[in-house]
Amino acid sequence: MGILDVKDVGKRFGGLQALGDVNLSVQENTCHAIIGPNGAGKSTLLNCLIGKLIPDTGSVMFDGQSVLGRNPYEINQMGISRVFQTPEIFGDLSVLENMMIPIFAKRDGSFKLDAVSGFLSHRDVMEQAEEMLVDMNMADKRHMHAASMSRGDKRRLEIGMCLSQTPRLLLLDEPTAGMARADTNNTIDLLKQIKEERDITIAIIEHDMHVVFSLADRITVLAQGTPLVEDTPENIKGNPKVKEAYLGETQ
Amino acid sequence: MLGLNKKDTSLLVAVALLVALAPIILNPFPEGSALAQFNAGYPDLMQRFVIFGIFAVGFNILFGLTGYLSFGHAAFLGAGSYAGVWMLKLLTINVIPAILISTVVAGLFSILIGYISLRRSGIYFSILTLAFAQMSFALAASVLTPITGGETGLQTALDDPRILDGANTTGNIPAPSLFGMEMSDSLQVNVAGWLWTFNVGYYLAGVILLIAFYVAIRIFRSPFGLMLRAIKSNQQRLTYTGLNTRPYMLACFVISGMYAGLAGGLMVAMDPLAGAERMQWTASGEVVLMTILGGIGTLIGPVLGAGLIKYFENIFSKINSNLLHEWFAFLPDGLEDFVVAIIYPFIGKGWHLTLGLMFMAVIIFLPGGLVELGQKIARKMSGKSDDKQTKSTE
Ligand SMILES: Nc1ncnc2c1ncn2[C@@H]1O[C@H](COP(=O)(O)OP(=O)(O)O)[C@@H](O)[C@H]1O
Ligand SMILES: [Mg+2]
Repeated sequence: MGILDVKDVGKRFGGLQALGDVNLSVQENTCHAIIGPNGAGKSTLLNCLIGKLIPDTGSVMFDGQSVLGRNPYEINQMGISRVFQTPEIFGDLSVLENMMIPIFAKRDGSFKLDAVSGFLSHRDVMEQAEEMLVDMNMADKRHMHAASMSRGDKRRLEIGMCLSQTPRLLLLDEPTAGMARADTNNTIDLLKQIKEERDITIAIIEHDMHVVFSLADRITVLAQGTPLVEDTPENIKGNPKVKEAYLGETQ
Repeated sequence: MLGLNKKDTSLLVAVALLVALAPIILNPFPEGSALAQFNAGYPDLMQRFVIFGIFAVGFNILFGLTGYLSFGHAAFLGAGSYAGVWMLKLLTINVIPAILISTVVAGLFSILIGYISLRRSGIYFSILTLAFAQMSFALAASVLTPITGGETGLQTALDDPRILDGANTTGNIPAPSLFGMEMSDSLQVNVAGWLWTFNVGYYLAGVILLIAFYVAIRIFRSPFGLMLRAIKSNQQRLTYTGLNTRPYMLACFVISGMYAGLAGGLMVAMDPLAGAERMQWTASGEVVLMTILGGIGTLIGPVLGAGLIKYFENIFSKINSNLLHEWFAFLPDGLEDFVVAIIYPFIGKGWHLTLGLMFMAVIIFLPGGLVELGQKIARKMSGKSDDKQTKSTE
């Protein structure tokens, strides 16, 4: 039993079996990487975890409770935050406002009437958001229009937004995709730091092997919608099946 | 002041000054001069400025913050009007209960319509609100005649019960009043040819506009307002961030509906009758135009837009061809007729054409409405060409 248990999950899009019998268990306070070629079904799997998609078969348990049948906002409130493959932020708003939203959502996301006082005061939310921006090294950009930032900064903001909710499980979908080398290195450092400083479980999808091997405690290789192997980074490196299915292809 | 930052405080003070001095500011031309007909400082029109200002400010809380375009807001205005007239008939001719009940009834009505319409977003939401409003209009004009007075409308009568006032079936129908001051009471001041009219109803509506405007500022600046803007920016993302957007949208919709009801209540306080046409889709469309003309998502924009449209409706529509001939009499005869013939379609009954052209020009050249125009002018004047400014919500 891990903090996240995926059992026999299958998902079909018309004639395409995007996921077939995926079994996966993520242990608490580890970093679990999911790798695999393009179209292997990695993003689809994450979508099934956060309620964006409902799997056709199987079950998804988080901390002993099923996430299936719950609304996305409820799943987030259970403690799962996700960073998307293309940064999903609030482009029309300022960086500081972006950072305030998840904090406020965590506090008053379900709109209870006793939150009315919270509707008026936002000093505490603002302070938390400012602190998080300092942690993310983005304090100088707080009044920038979020849409006008570089992709790397948007990603950094989105990671910060997720962390500001102190989630128990952080899902990262290719956090370095499309980034320049310098941005990638910054992101690795950031994630390493997060892993060390916080009690947090991370599930990360990543193409960049350098990123995977410097972060992951365990790796699952996904190919054509099914897990090929699951092992430690060292063993994965030497596994001929993996080389054939994936590593050989990109290196 | 009052929990507002410096900029918002000065905006509120500026609006308060404008409201207070409108009877003077809006009458720039001396009585009897040729241009006096462009004066807008008479009670009837000024009341309409502030009442439609309230309507548009409330509409903008929904449309400007969340991006949800309701095409049925007139239904709430109408429901508020009917409720208000009933209060004047049954309870008392004092306008305070009428205005309160209008707001509450419109709020309840918008819970119902909002709950259903908000199951969809985008164009489907707009169509649903439009359908509901047209349904309300049709019902008010026919089936609900006992409550709404059908096509003739609902108005106060001499033999109304007016429980609190005591029955009174002789003399004239009492006029709506505030503790004895009739809404139509005015103080007229004549200063060197200028005629200023300070009207009770106008100032009551003006004070309520200021309160409504203050509440709107607080909503815009609150975390609640931030969540609404986040819904407009990226609603999907917000749900994956743990926010249940439905109760937030419904709360916003109801607040916006209550503003419409408040405006409806004020209308009947000024003139105690309500008709079904107040719910018609053209009335819903008008508030959309006001908001867009003034500046979507800005605080002051809707008030300016409402003022502009009501000014055009009342002033431009009164210009007729005789008047045009008078103005252009200095031209040679043939030329005079020619000029009048060209201008004629744009005035009088043709004022809609002028409005339409203006609307198109704003959408194409000034998507931020009058507020953007003001900002551009202010920037030119101060000599700055700072284009990178983030959009502010003045
Ligand atoms: N919403 C969808 N509708 C139809 N097909 C989809 C949808 N999402 C993903 N797919 C398909 O499912 C397969 C797996 O996609 P995805 O999970 O995005 O792969 P990965 O993230 O591993 O690159 C792809 O063939 C993709 O085209
Ligand atoms: Mg993907």
